[in-house]
Amino acid sequence: MSSSMNYLDGNAAAGELSRIFAMDITSAEGQCANCGAKKRFAEAHLYMQCPGLVARCALCGHVLLRFTNVRGRVFLDLRGMTYLSVDTAPQEASN
Amino acid sequence: MAGTAVLGTVTWRSASVVGLHDETPTATTLALAVRDWPGHVAGQHIDVRLTAADGYSAVRSYSIASAPSADGRIEITIERLPNGEVSPYLTQQVMNGDELEVRGPIGGWFVWRPEQTGPIQLVAGGSGIVPLMAMIRSRATVGSTAPFRLLYSVREPGAIFYRDELRSLSERRDSLIVTYAYTRVTPKDWPRPAGRIDAELIGSGTWPSNLQPSSYVCGPTSFVEHTTDLLIAAGHDRERIKTERFGASGERK
Repeated sequence: MSSSMNYLDGNAAAGELSRIFAMDITSAEGQCANCGAKKRFAEAHLYMQCPGLVARCALCGHVLLRFTNVRGRVFLDLRGMTYLSVDTAPQEASN
Repeated sequence: MAGTAVLGTVTWRSASVVGLHDETPTATTLALAVRDWPGHVAGQHIDVRLTAADGYSAVRSYSIASAPSADGRIEITIERLPNGEVSPYLTQQVMNGDELEVRGPIGGWFVWRPEQTGPIQLVAGGSGIVPLMAMIRSRATVGSTAPFRLLYSVREPGAIFYRDELRSLSERRDSLIVTYAYTRVTPKDWPRPAGRIDAELIGSGTWPSNLQPSSYVCGPTSFVEHTTDLLIAAGHDRERIKTERFGASGERK
């Protein structure tokens, strides 16, 4: 299996990200700071073979998010996204 | 139970194993009674945390197989991976009454809601059937007549999950249409030789793209890539295809 097949969907980060976000971030729309693509975070390519999570743009591969949780401290780098747009209307069981 | 507030972080809840049965020689379904379960939507998953006596813990994600219900019970189906850290325990050692920790429901993207009335194309590779089965069961539970079609790729006939239930659901009126693809061994006298899903099978085994179905594709990463490319080549709109990849190993961290 090639390493390029070693990713999951942004979906798979939902559990870890729920530790720090009150809402479901995987169905939020984010814009890639590199190519400008606007996609749901669930559609990003997620790499988990590292000490933490790395999400990359599904179109250009740019790093959108880095997340580590080591020794009781979460480190979150979101500079790969120019924005993250979250629907705050009442949703059904979508945490 | 729908309509649950989503504010507040998702916390670990204790769950007891209240039922278990083998789905195939390598896969087991566990029924869990989860304390204060807020309800889920078909397609969501849970994280399961196991903690050893020495404090070492491991977390894995498993899709929920059961339809949403208000009784606080959910089912997950776990494929045993030979070198897995968690799945051998959950498929071979766990017993009725055992306690696990679960977090969820998780994910608001790869979901089917009963309000969706349009045609649905489901494409499963191996244990990728699990969240799609929750959608099929949810449709049956609420009496939805949304046109559902499932293309289900398995290694061999014995690897099919939920076989009898899929058969009986597909025999009902306004029912779902199921097409199987066998990658290694086919049933006797099967018209198509064993092999991966190809353009021809996409053509005969899925809704035509002019119906503009919403598609849900779930399985190992390479399977999802391959079949999504075929759907797009057959004229399906990429924006209407949702995917959930299990990774190369099949065991999500």
